[in-house]
Amino acid sequence: MTTHTPRDEQDASIIIRDAADKGTLLNVAGNGTKAPMGRPNQTDASISSAALSGITLYEPAELVISARSGTPVPEVMRVLAAKGQELPFELMDYRWLLGTKGEPTIGAVAAMNISGPRRIMAGAARDSLIGVRFVNGRGEVVKSGGRVMKNVTGLDLVKLMAGSWGTLGFLTEVTFKVLPKQERMATLVIRDLDDRQAIEALSQALGSPFDVTGAAHIPARNRSGGSTLIRLEGFRVSVDYRMNELKRLLKRFRFMDILEGVGAEALWQSVRDATLLTDQGNRAIWRISTAPTKGTDLVAQVAQSLDAQWFYDWGGGLVWISTPVEGDAGASVLREATRSYGGHATLVRAPAEVRSTLDVFEPQTDALMTLTRGIKASFDPAGILNPGRMYAGV
Amino acid sequence: MTIAFPKPDQAVLARRREIIEGLGRLVASEALIVSEDERRAFETDGLTAYRQMPLAVVLPSTTEEVSAVMRFCHENGVKVVPRGAGTSLCGGAIPQEDAIVLGVAKMNRVIDVSFEGRTARVQAGITNLGISQAVANEGFFYAPDPSSQLACTIAGNIAMNSGGAHCLKYGVTTNNLLGVTLVMLDGTVVEIGGEHLDAAGYDILGLVCGSEGQLGVVTEAVVRILRAAEGARPALFGFERVEDAGACVAAIIGAGIIPVALEYMDKPAIQICEAFAHAGYPLDVEAMLIVEVEGSDQEIDDMLRRIVAIAEPFRPKTMKVSQSEAESAAIWKGRKSAFGATGRVADYICMDGTIPTGQLPYVLNRIDEIVKSYGLGVANVFHAGDGNLHPLVMFNTNVPGEMEKAEKAGEDILRLCVEVGGCLTGEHGVGIEKRDLMTHQFNPVDLEQQMRVRGVFDPRWLLNPAKVFPLEGRFAA
Repeated sequence: MTTHTPRDEQDASIIIRDAADKGTLLNVAGNGTKAPMGRPNQTDASISSAALSGITLYEPAELVISARSGTPVPEVMRVLAAKGQELPFELMDYRWLLGTKGEPTIGAVAAMNISGPRRIMAGAARDSLIGVRFVNGRGEVVKSGGRVMKNVTGLDLVKLMAGSWGTLGFLTEVTFKVLPKQERMATLVIRDLDDRQAIEALSQALGSPFDVTGAAHIPARNRSGGSTLIRLEGFRVSVDYRMNELKRLLKRFRFMDILEGVGAEALWQSVRDATLLTDQGNRAIWRISTAPTKGTDLVAQVAQSLDAQWFYDWGGGLVWISTPVEGDAGASVLREATRSYGGHATLVRAPAEVRSTLDVFEPQTDALMTLTRGIKASFDPAGILNPGRMYAGV
Repeated sequence: MTIAFPKPDQAVLARRREIIEGLGRLVASEALIVSEDERRAFETDGLTAYRQMPLAVVLPSTTEEVSAVMRFCHENGVKVVPRGAGTSLCGGAIPQEDAIVLGVAKMNRVIDVSFEGRTARVQAGITNLGISQAVANEGFFYAPDPSSQLACTIAGNIAMNSGGAHCLKYGVTTNNLLGVTLVMLDGTVVEIGGEHLDAAGYDILGLVCGSEGQLGVVTEAVVRILRAAEGARPALFGFERVEDAGACVAAIIGAGIIPVALEYMDKPAIQICEAFAHAGYPLDVEAMLIVEVEGSDQEIDDMLRRIVAIAEPFRPKTMKVSQSEAESAAIWKGRKSAFGATGRVADYICMDGTIPTGQLPYVLNRIDEIVKSYGLGVANVFHAGDGNLHPLVMFNTNVPGEMEKAEKAGEDILRLCVEVGGCLTGEHGVGIEKRDLMTHQFNPVDLEQQMRVRGVFDPRWLLNPAKVFPLEGRFAA
């Protein structure tokens, strides 16, 4: 299979225009670290952003960075860190879960709307993404947004590109709002709570004025008790103050520790990357976004009929669940639960043969699906960009 | 008066009586406004220089009624101009003669609040401040705070993706919106998002937010509510040079501090606002910053100490930290009344471009030159942290030609914003006001892609069609 690696936007435009003329179906990729995600699709050729690399603008005082879409994420992080800044949304690294190698690209961060534990405070990639350049399915170079963080000029196509998995256009450049890296991080750990008590504690912390930037619960498993994690970040004086207040607020929970440094960072990384679920062999892994107040009920319903393991992030609003890979990998049970409690479930990890037989993304209502198809056609009328990666026929 | 409206569809005007009868079968009689006197209240919005009398005004009370009205308009080829409270500064809610106004202001209830889940589900006609008031008893608030928050509706905020003075920390509408009930032109009711974070599939919620009533009518919304900080305190810094104020902003952010608000006012704005609000603003400086930080007293003290240390090398002529609630309120009263206070001394048009903040000194000098070249004056207020600029171009309506000059100066200023890497509008929207400038920011291909997406929702251009896209070169699919 041919892999095109355009060296610039014009190159990409010619390749895609040609593919549209000939009806060549294109797999849209960066460095392929998320290739085993989404619906497996049949394509005739591949277009990769690998050769579109480099930071094109970085103004620390304006909190803005632009990079060509194939720029490796570690390079972006390095450049930001040198000025004490970072991408605000604490992006997940999927390589551990998916067992892939290579460096993820910044374009994919936008295309998949990646986020992490700080989502509850700082938003997801879509909230920091302020500008895009891309080539649509007609081979046209299109821009939307720009380099300033407040911009309501015209329809917000930036949001549509975020999370569209390369089905609407081939991103060539992305611009993100960035934030200062926090001076200090401290985590309050409460031990031995069951799921409901834990979410109650997290809700109370998130409903406090103390700017919680991480709120996760890892249920008890095997011999280890449950851990409920509440993270604060900021200037030293401020974190000290808020941590004391938080302890006072949650004083009815008796077993509390404060975790800082490398151990705490590793713990949050395991929450961010969902590696807490990867020690169980080859099971299917789902990611469910729901109302924080509904997470435990949803899990209880699922656990009645599935051999499931799980943990919570986002104060209970994000549930990571592993299920046996056999049959439909638990899809029908999980989808019944999201219908009852609201939200959506995405099958993040499963063998290709499983992903090809079921809906990897939450099925949409007819009305939304009609809009989805219309939007796809408005960007990619020939249907050549990552066809079927999200939904059949899109 | 340089902005054109499309020619009204004579066939629709001729069917006015029939259309009104049809609408009368769908909503209660008090929800349908047809008399000229009563319609006049809807002929303009915050861009009062432009007025158009609508065919009729419908003020439904339920999503079902909105759906029925939309379906009727779809079937009868009648244009629909959605309206919240009519506070748009860019003419986003100005009607057309051959269109009905569909107002959501009667739908103003809070449907459900979850403090545990930190969300509120509201009808879209509730005011921005109304949401905060409904959750204030538990110490919560809804974060985006446009200056018009007392009057403006969440429906209008969603249509314009409204911002405010505190979005440096809390984001704008799109960052605080979790779900909407959207009524499409054909009457279909679409539920998008919900009480959870991030949409399944394409981010249609993000597309609807800021779409200026061109994709559908939002009748309900789910928004994030946040627990308010323990306290907040502003400080004032006055500088003798614009460059120093700009460099001070860069230094604060460079030091890793994101104040909850970072506002800039130039000398004319300071003088106008001080005369109105008696806020204790320094009158002898060229530029002033209002820097507000949040948290406990201890955190605020620490943060303000850092900020004062950062500001000192830029030789501020005035440094004043608010000492009381009353002082803080006065400082904000001055800033938030900038538009109203300017209105007391002159007629003005309020511009809303965004620029890369590093361009501030250059842009302010150029704005001064531009406005002077038209023989007019300008006062600048500015969200300095995010580069959102509000030049108030002042003129006298009674002097023939001055308003046209002000409009021309405003256009030149917005073109300048785009030239230095910014955009035409940071938070007010395009509406009719900036419609014809869109070609300065976007090339035909960019605009065509936007119009193709628009066409998915409204292929016949019946929804708020006079706005956003230049009248030339329109197409749907």
